[in-house]
Amino acid sequence: MPTAEFLSRLQFAWVMSFHILFPAFTIGTAAWLAFIEGVWLFKRTDLWRDLYFFWLKIFAVAFGMGVVSGIVMSFQFGTNWAGFSIVAGNVVGPLLNYEVLTAFFLEATFLGVMLFGWKKVSDRMHFLATCMVSLGTLLSSFWIMSANSWMQTPAGYEIHDGVFYPADWWRVIFNPSFLVRLPHMVLAAFISTAMVVGGVSAVYLLKGRFVDRAGAMLKLALAFLAIVIPIQIVIGDMAGLKVREYQPAKLAAIEARWDTASSVPLALFAWPDEQAETNHYAVEVPHLGSLILTHSWNGEVKGLKDFPRDERPPVKIPFFSFRVMVGLGLLMLALALLGLWRWKRGSLVRDRWYLKAWVVMIPSGFIALLTGWWVAEVGRQPWVVQGLMRTSQAASDVPASSVLASLITFVVVYLGIFGAGIWYLFKLFRDGPLPAPQRERPVTPVHGNRRRTPARPLSAPDDPMGD
Amino acid sequence: MDWPTVLPVVWFFIIGFAVIMYVLLDGFVLGLGILLPFADDEDQRDHMMNTAAPIWDGNETWLVLGGAGLMATFPKAYAVVLSALYLPILVMLIALIFRGVAFEFRFKAHRSRWLWGLAFSVGSVLTALAQGLILGALVEGMPLTGGKYVQGAFGWFSPFAVMTAVAVVFGYALLGATWLILKTDGRLQRIAFDLTRPLMLAVIGFMLMVSAWLPFLDSQLMERWFTGAHMLWLSPVPILTVLNAILLWRAVLKNREVQPFVLALCFFALGFVGLVVGMWPNIVPPSMSIWEAASPPSSQGFVLVGAAFLIPAVLAYTVYSYRVFRGKVLAGEGYH
Repeated sequence: MPTAEFLSRLQFAWVMSFHILFPAFTIGTAAWLAFIEGVWLFKRTDLWRDLYFFWLKIFAVAFGMGVVSGIVMSFQFGTNWAGFSIVAGNVVGPLLNYEVLTAFFLEATFLGVMLFGWKKVSDRMHFLATCMVSLGTLLSSFWIMSANSWMQTPAGYEIHDGVFYPADWWRVIFNPSFLVRLPHMVLAAFISTAMVVGGVSAVYLLKGRFVDRAGAMLKLALAFLAIVIPIQIVIGDMAGLKVREYQPAKLAAIEARWDTASSVPLALFAWPDEQAETNHYAVEVPHLGSLILTHSWNGEVKGLKDFPRDERPPVKIPFFSFRVMVGLGLLMLALALLGLWRWKRGSLVRDRWYLKAWVVMIPSGFIALLTGWWVAEVGRQPWVVQGLMRTSQAASDVPASSVLASLITFVVVYLGIFGAGIWYLFKLFRDGPLPAPQRERPVTPVHGNRRRTPARPLSAPDDPMGD
Repeated sequence: MDWPTVLPVVWFFIIGFAVIMYVLLDGFVLGLGILLPFADDEDQRDHMMNTAAPIWDGNETWLVLGGAGLMATFPKAYAVVLSALYLPILVMLIALIFRGVAFEFRFKAHRSRWLWGLAFSVGSVLTALAQGLILGALVEGMPLTGGKYVQGAFGWFSPFAVMTAVAVVFGYALLGATWLILKTDGRLQRIAFDLTRPLMLAVIGFMLMVSAWLPFLDSQLMERWFTGAHMLWLSPVPILTVLNAILLWRAVLKNREVQPFVLALCFFALGFVGLVVGMWPNIVPPSMSIWEAASPPSSQGFVLVGAAFLIPAVLAYTVYSYRVFRGKVLAGEGYH
């Protein structure tokens, strides 16, 4: 029987990998909805209202799945990581608590107005609700990335009797890597969503459906990606410098670098061998490693052999995940730049091979996001709080059989539930941005003038309601 | 009085507030799920779910506040309770997943509409049962040895916990029925009226049974109730409960629409006050006090500053959203 700690790690990886996709997608779609509704308020054309209602339904499904998988996260620190909660709860707990107070309530409450309030509140109020939901998703990422970054680059704490105490909240929240990792995550969420928006539009264009709506969305997605991906690459580079400064073992694992050396090459591909402490089948570009990692031709990069074996992260997962993330980032950039060029030539919406490339690339944002997350989390091992607390100290003292039962349950339930959710998302995409219900204007809010007497005939609720 | 003494007391009440808000607000939504099988047909079930669709999400967030608040302010209690009650919490989380996605999926599905209704219903019943087990285990007391719970994976399982689990199901069902009286009319409201009184009798029965059982538990939970003059100044709680029961009975008899829901909420609030008074000052009965479990003043104070401004703001916009969706929900209205 594997240990409870190992099973808890598997469970956390499984639950988290599912969870992260939905909040990321809702961060992106919420901002996208706020944008669409803002344009609609300005232009008042059917196209924008139809688009809003279309993406609203998709948002609702993704949000629902994000909420339910997020509740699991908020309890898992206690059920599976009681050691972590006792030792680091003083510091991490308040950050998560602020997330609930500033973000979750805002999102959850205004979501109701957003989904059901169209005929009950004014246009501006509805737009405000959309903005509040979007703000909530961003605040949520602020706190969660603060907590996570603190675990990567802890600061502002004291340790008494093996327990963390906050000494300076400003330094806890704005810990050394936070201001780089937060925008990296938020932009990753935006990019993933833009890939979906563009890719779905490409599907419609290929089928000749909703040509005007799809054309508008594709151009928006393209323009957005062409601006944002280069920014993301710069921020990613800055994040790399932080890793080099604060988590050299993680960097060495990402690069599968065994010996400390100057003017290191960049391994495009290799098969890292942790037993033999070497790489097989390495394909390397000389000097490029130093250039990217240290911004100098001959910069020094630390190797894994500088760290005791029990303080080294596993190498393969960070190494390959990182290459997938960067490779997909470059592919997405190429797609966007190619699109700009086709757009300028006026053939954007007619090039079938280009549109097909978009369709293939739809999941690339999510895959990059997941692999990036694995780089960050697996690369931090064996530490749960970098250099200070080991993951093995963090696990709960629960029977391994309990954790095994929960792990199996989560695997089965997540596959079923999220499989169904993704099925419904596909169904919504298949239906497409159909004309949204017209709204009778002017709208009179229903406050106060709703009749309360049971004047309706008793049979009314039994009337068929259609489908 | 210094900060390390005062802050845990303040947070004990804030967490208590979050929990009672959760129990009241998500309670009636879970109640809808528990009562779903009593509806005549699928359209009525849509109608029932539509009464809560715009607000269930915010309601459930109080549970997350309770969890995250506990971690921030009483990390030791959070760690001990959640890891000791590993299996019931797992059941609750899984059940909440099914309950939550049912709201979105049911209205997107056609052929499988009944299936997501079932998921909503079973998810709600299991959530209520799991929460009742957790409550029962806490009330019964979780003895710790060297700060650790050593009763094993099923230490929480007892006849008392099973009874509280069933009691919570009936309690939530009562909240759900009175909510339906408030939010619907016609046939569905009639069903809710008919369910309310038997549910109420069951809830009163469970309250009496719990009260009778409490003195025999090892948790010393009710010691306060039965020692010295405490009985006297605590007596308003049981007296108000009896009064509340009479009023609720009459309100249902007279076909009132608002009063039953309000009185059912009061019922729960009174029961909760009774429990909190009994628990005080332990956060994990019988022996872990709020001061032992507390995070340092630097943590509790830091969150308190935010909570002082944010909780009123949350309450304000929660009230706003309830106002937007106030009034009867008509059949076929709601989900687009």
